[in-house]
Amino acid sequence: MNSVPLSKAYALPHPLPLDSGQVLEACQIAYETYGTLAPGKDNAVLVCHALTGDQYVASPHPITGKPGWWERMVGPGKPIDTTRHFVICANVIGSCMGSTGPMSLAPDGKPYAMRFPVITIRDMVRGLVGLLDGLGIARLHAVVGGSMGGMQALSLAANWPTRAARVLVIASTARHSAQNIAFHEVGRQAIMADPAWNGGDYYGASARPDNGLAVARMAAHITYLSEAGLTEKFGRRLQDRAEKGFGFDAEFQVESYLRYQGSGFTRRFDANSYLYITRAMDYFDLAEEHGGRLANAFAGTPARFCIVSFDTDWLYPTAESRHIVHALNAAGAKVSFVELSAPHGHDSFLLEHDQLDRVVQGFLA
Amino acid sequence: MSLRSDLAVIAAHVAPGSRVLDIGCGDGALMAELEAARGCDARGMELDGALVERCVARGLSVVQGDANVDLADYPDKAFDYAILSQTLQTATRPDRMLEELLRVGRRAFVSFPNFAHWRTRMALLIGGRMPVTRALPLTWYETENIHHVTVEDFRDLARMKGARIERAWFFAGDRQIGAPGANWRAEFAVFELSR
Repeated sequence: MNSVPLSKAYALPHPLPLDSGQVLEACQIAYETYGTLAPGKDNAVLVCHALTGDQYVASPHPITGKPGWWERMVGPGKPIDTTRHFVICANVIGSCMGSTGPMSLAPDGKPYAMRFPVITIRDMVRGLVGLLDGLGIARLHAVVGGSMGGMQALSLAANWPTRAARVLVIASTARHSAQNIAFHEVGRQAIMADPAWNGGDYYGASARPDNGLAVARMAAHITYLSEAGLTEKFGRRLQDRAEKGFGFDAEFQVESYLRYQGSGFTRRFDANSYLYITRAMDYFDLAEEHGGRLANAFAGTPARFCIVSFDTDWLYPTAESRHIVHALNAAGAKVSFVELSAPHGHDSFLLEHDQLDRVVQGFLA
Repeated sequence: MSLRSDLAVIAAHVAPGSRVLDIGCGDGALMAELEAARGCDARGMELDGALVERCVARGLSVVQGDANVDLADYPDKAFDYAILSQTLQTATRPDRMLEELLRVGRRAFVSFPNFAHWRTRMALLIGGRMPVTRALPLTWYETENIHHVTVEDFRDLARMKGARIERAWFFAGDRQIGAPGANWRAEFAVFELSR
């Protein structure tokens, strides 16, 4: 990817302190809004995006031209109804769609690249809270997020407990498991093994680590799907050929699909951002931040919670959601939890699912 | 909307404004009543995901879970009342479930179909087959009731668990009946316990 797309951007009026002890100067948060903020500023819903998501939750992506990533959930008359709610979706820091990240210019006028400080999920949320302050929103009607977005929602609830009245966490987790970290490490190593990565210093260069980034995406994409889903969609079918070619082209449909997903991804995402954001997710362990006991993270919380998992999600399986629910119960929080049935694995939260719609709509009502 | 008679009697005797856990809350009818009419802070647990979804969609706080194991999530005395309606007889170990109920709630309401009702006794004595009655409408192979219990069995269990029976209500159909001869005459029983 090359250009920074245009979006509303809020310049934080203060340097952003980070969990690492470092400080991010001149931090920008790019965001989109949908609907109208009520005079009482009490109808705002913050939607937090996942690893490779962005602020274009319900409007076309400026690079790919594809519809917003959650248009089926956010819009007029949709479960997150923009005729009632003022929906905010912001690009997290560390990303590459207009918020400050490794491809942004450092104070010395050159891109940060690997000089960008390592960030955490809580740092991302600190940036989002800065945006809410700028918008004058003291208390959200709800914070909503799937996958990494759910981590942000949990982090907001734990660290800024009065900022959201409702917390909706879908297909997410309170900590990255060894398996989660392992898959991310495969992706990072693929990027860093690409000669074009060049220690992260490629922004002015003719070549970019697109091959490495594509492989990272391919590996990650497998974790977003279910075995049954892959079997149903591709089986062992061959792509544009009748017989095996005894070679290493993308002979199987599933290979062709993954290659397509990988190369498409490099058009819209920055390899260094992928390193930083996956690192932030790997560092995420909400209990660790709160004395080793997850219930402590939610002690005395006034918010209502709704936790949703999918039965075929093996990336953040139901057990992880139950772990969160257990902690919320122990903390005496108002919590709902439902495991929904869907064939598509982790990605189910982005796909058509009537039950999910009803749960989201009911919880936000 | 009118509540099932055992739920109505529970709703009428829960102290207003109390914290309540409804175990096996179904579609949340009792919870909704307790929140709307009694100002309670009601939470629910339900095994069936479709029912949980309906509860959440109507704004109730319900956790999908198995009362046989997931009650362990809750701290001691987390609730003023723990309610178990028409579920005890489906538990893997009703004795342990009652124990958990008395642990998480300061008081407990338990309702169940009385297996010693005269119709049930007759069906078994005369018919020689597992009873299918108004109160127990499913055949032995369909029913989820794996631990049938009588009013006297329940009194024994409560005693064994060191629980005090605060109040009890008995029903034949939708009609409330007196305590005398309840083990013969009651199709359903509701007990309020404390410990």
